[in-house]
Amino acid sequence: MKSVSIAALGLAALLPFQAVAQDKPEEINIGITTFTSGPASVFGVPGQEAARMLAENLNEAGGIQGVPVSLSFIDEGAGAETLTTEYRRLVQDENVDVMFASISSGNCINIAPLAEDLEMLNILWDCGTQRIFEEADYRYNFRTQANATPEMLAPLLYLLKNNPDFETIAVVNQDYAWGRDSWELFSTALKQLKPDVEVVGEFFPSFGASDYSAEISRLLATQPDVILSTSWGGDLDTFVRQANQRGLFSNSQFVLPLVESSLERLGSDLPDGVIVGGRGDHYFLHPEYKDGEELQDFVAQYRERTGDYPIYPAFHMAQAFAALEAAYDKAIEANDGGWPDREQLVDAMAGLEYRGHGRPLTIREDNQAIEAQLIGTTKHVEGYDFPIIDNMMIFDGADLMPPAGENSIEWIETLDESFVEEVSADEYQHEE
Amino acid sequence: MSLQILVLTVLDGIAYGSLVFLVAVGLTLVFGVMRILNVAHGSFYALGAYAAASLGLVLSAYGISAWFAYPLFIVAAVAVGVSVGGLMERFILRRIYVREEYLQLLVTFAIFMILDNVQRLVWGVQPYFYTEPLSLMGNVTIVGIPYTAYQVIFLPLVALFILFGLRWFLRKTLAGSLIVAVTEDREAATAIGINARKVFFLTFIIGTTLASLGGALASPTTSVLPGMGAEMIVLSFAVAATAGLGQIGGAAIAALLIGLGRSSAVFFMPELEVVVPYLIMVIVLLFRPEGLFGKTTARKI
Amino acid sequence: MLMRIVLPVVVLVAIVLPLATSGWDAFLTLVWAKALPVLGIILLLQAGQVSFGHAMFFATGAYTAGFVIRAIPGGEIVIALAAAIGASVVAGLLVGVFVVRYRYIFFAMFNLAFSMVFYSLLEKFIHITGGSDGLSIPRPEILGQAMERSEYEFVLYYLALALLVICLYGVHRFLDSPLGHTLKAIKTNETRIEYLGLSPRRVLLIAYIISAFLAGLGGALVAVFQGIATPEYAYWVRSGEFVFVAILGGTGNVFGALAGSFVYEYIRVTATAYVGDTWQLTLGLVLLVIILFAPSGLVGVLNDIRGYLGKGRREPTPSGGKQPSGKTEKQRGEEQ
Repeated sequence: MKSVSIAALGLAALLPFQAVAQDKPEEINIGITTFTSGPASVFGVPGQEAARMLAENLNEAGGIQGVPVSLSFIDEGAGAETLTTEYRRLVQDENVDVMFASISSGNCINIAPLAEDLEMLNILWDCGTQRIFEEADYRYNFRTQANATPEMLAPLLYLLKNNPDFETIAVVNQDYAWGRDSWELFSTALKQLKPDVEVVGEFFPSFGASDYSAEISRLLATQPDVILSTSWGGDLDTFVRQANQRGLFSNSQFVLPLVESSLERLGSDLPDGVIVGGRGDHYFLHPEYKDGEELQDFVAQYRERTGDYPIYPAFHMAQAFAALEAAYDKAIEANDGGWPDREQLVDAMAGLEYRGHGRPLTIREDNQAIEAQLIGTTKHVEGYDFPIIDNMMIFDGADLMPPAGENSIEWIETLDESFVEEVSADEYQHEE
Repeated sequence: MSLQILVLTVLDGIAYGSLVFLVAVGLTLVFGVMRILNVAHGSFYALGAYAAASLGLVLSAYGISAWFAYPLFIVAAVAVGVSVGGLMERFILRRIYVREEYLQLLVTFAIFMILDNVQRLVWGVQPYFYTEPLSLMGNVTIVGIPYTAYQVIFLPLVALFILFGLRWFLRKTLAGSLIVAVTEDREAATAIGINARKVFFLTFIIGTTLASLGGALASPTTSVLPGMGAEMIVLSFAVAATAGLGQIGGAAIAALLIGLGRSSAVFFMPELEVVVPYLIMVIVLLFRPEGLFGKTTARKI
Repeated sequence: MLMRIVLPVVVLVAIVLPLATSGWDAFLTLVWAKALPVLGIILLLQAGQVSFGHAMFFATGAYTAGFVIRAIPGGEIVIALAAAIGASVVAGLLVGVFVVRYRYIFFAMFNLAFSMVFYSLLEKFIHITGGSDGLSIPRPEILGQAMERSEYEFVLYYLALALLVICLYGVHRFLDSPLGHTLKAIKTNETRIEYLGLSPRRVLLIAYIISAFLAGLGGALVAVFQGIATPEYAYWVRSGEFVFVAILGGTGNVFGALAGSFVYEYIRVTATAYVGDTWQLTLGLVLLVIILFAPSGLVGVLNDIRGYLGKGRREPTPSGGKQPSGKTEKQRGEEQ
């Protein structure tokens, strides 16, 4: 540190006309909260692996603007108090430069005000709740991916565009905030966009439930035209397998907005024709980027490291890294080549444009990123022992979000049936 | 329509209750004999499931018929129950039998935390799934609704077998009689020369093996993943407490009650589903504090 | 000894610490707050009863404080804490009336059942409680003063410390009172109390309500400090943690609550920071070692060391005719 500052001082003395800038630090320390224990570690560990991989790649290439990055992790599974205590420790004692927090929406809600008070640049790297930026204004908090509103509207629009002739729907969601919130968004929108649909079953089995037999029996007896489940992880796997075993898929059209993260595990247990989402427009066979070197390298490297194809938390992590890199570039440019301080870096985050492995993203004025949404249908093809996504539609994120500062539910209530036609999407087929 | 719903409710209740019984019966037995409420019981359920799923995946990797999975489940359960359960009893529990109840409870709580962590270190965090044994048995159609034979026929049969097998073992065999003797009156049993230590060891191994068997049998129907044990512990507690701690027949009825309560909730009031086991437990305990079949014990003066 | 020397020293250090160094305040505020429910557990343990459901009162306090602060514009911490105390006392009375009829494992199970029902309700009524995301609590005013986070936390640190010290002293006095001795007799021989014409149930109910009050106050403090209350506050694992911390600290003395809470939080935070994936394993092993090798907890270990050092020297002057607490502690260890 010392030698660097002396060098910087020397440099400043040599170039008297340049504005005096911050010292270039020895490294950029990134603190990341992720689940390494508990059921949500199905997302947390891929996110963590991706972060390590991205940091290694970045450092091999010389780091961000010549400064290497280092990572510290906090386990979100250790409980809310440990999380905030650790968060403070990293910010106040370890002097991290930026925090990525977190996967759980509850933890995001918990941490955002804390980060604001600590004046810490906090990137909400994976959580989905749309409430954060709708209920409060933040300076230091930014979300580098979409939120629940577009993530629910996209599968609904896909359904209405491709299978508009249905009369009944049932939902099987996990009994916790995400399961409830996502259903509220979906059902409110459904009521506006196709008012004649009848909801014939609302099931909220407990989080981590091991058995869905009774729900499946009841669904088999009622035969709804469409079955929605926003569940994820082991819960979703169990539900899909038990449902498939008992032939529920042949009676009803399934809509599974988070199943992209389970495709490889489910393999042949997930039949063709199921509507799939993955919380954004990132996918290892993204139709617009799959032939590009960047995505191919990312996928190959991730597979080599973990043995699996990357799933959405890995892509979300890549987006957070991309945003950080872009923010440093932008801030340094704005600072005439000098190293930015925290405030300058935060200023650069506003309106930032960057790209992960999907379409380019923009941070809008409420600090929420606009991200496109890729929805498709499962199909088993040669070369993969699990279903891939076919009949893809990519929606522009901005079409599916309320204007900044507006409440999602209230905005959805202003929509009507014409919305389905108004929103356009680019269509793609799976091709080798 | 309503008759169909009734039949479905009963079938789902039986299927779920059977599995819950298979896990809870071990907890009940251990408590009945040793007066220890084993919080780590749920960990054995999880370990059994992990062991069975891993062995099953080895089977399919070598292309061996999944029919071998059924005997393998027993192998996995016994292996986990005897090794981990045996070690736990021999080196930890044995040292605390003379301690207060809550300390014993906490020791098992500590072991639960340790095993939960070890499990994650060994198997990682991604869910495991081994469905072949379930698919192998195919479906049966009852009142027009397809069910898996595994859940609606096989599991209840195994549960009945365990229930009657355990009763037969306790009543008709020497080892069983020793266990009963120690349960009824530990001091008198020791006085006539019964080795209570051995009885405890045996009981604990049987209990943990049953929990692992429950996990092994559950593994084809559900995702094997971190945290699956914690949910089962509370459920087993609810069954054991509703039945009256130590009541094996009672545990079967309590498990059935919880299974039926849960499936009726799904059919008639889905919002209640999650609360049902605890509601049943609270209501039963309010009226019968010793549980449905518990005996009131005389207080010492 | 503990009450007369160690506690004042600890309190003095605690008072000076935030003025001298930084970085410990947040951690210690949580330690103070979370020592309160543990104190409640220790109180019940005097009667030989262990509750595996006290997290429900912890959550009652937390959510009550949250609702009050959200309802009053600006929010006032004093009103919130008072409401939390009121709510947890009422909850303690309602649940207590049922559970004091049971002993030992049934007492534990009954508490567990109630707390799990409460936990499920907190998750279910998402429109009122915010479901599993929790109820976020804006920063309240303190005596009408709106504060920045740093000031607020500074005040909260001392507030929690003061409340803890008052409660430690109060429970200590309670245990020394006739009622406290009756409570301890429930553990040794309950029937004898009945023969003396006293009602063990009533005595236990009083202790139960006090313990609910302590848990509720602790919950409210944690909630206003964290700015959030989640259903996880009522989950059985948290109840188990309270008991764990009580055993860790030592159940023979109210001081155990503070010692246990400090060490537990310290291990937990350090383990999460340095051993990452194995913090549960570390905690589990620590707990095992404590129970197997130091059954009277940290306070017991402290006393043993003191006894060892004091060997050969004169016994310290007995205070007020009572046995020095160290000796009582040792005897209790031997009884076990």
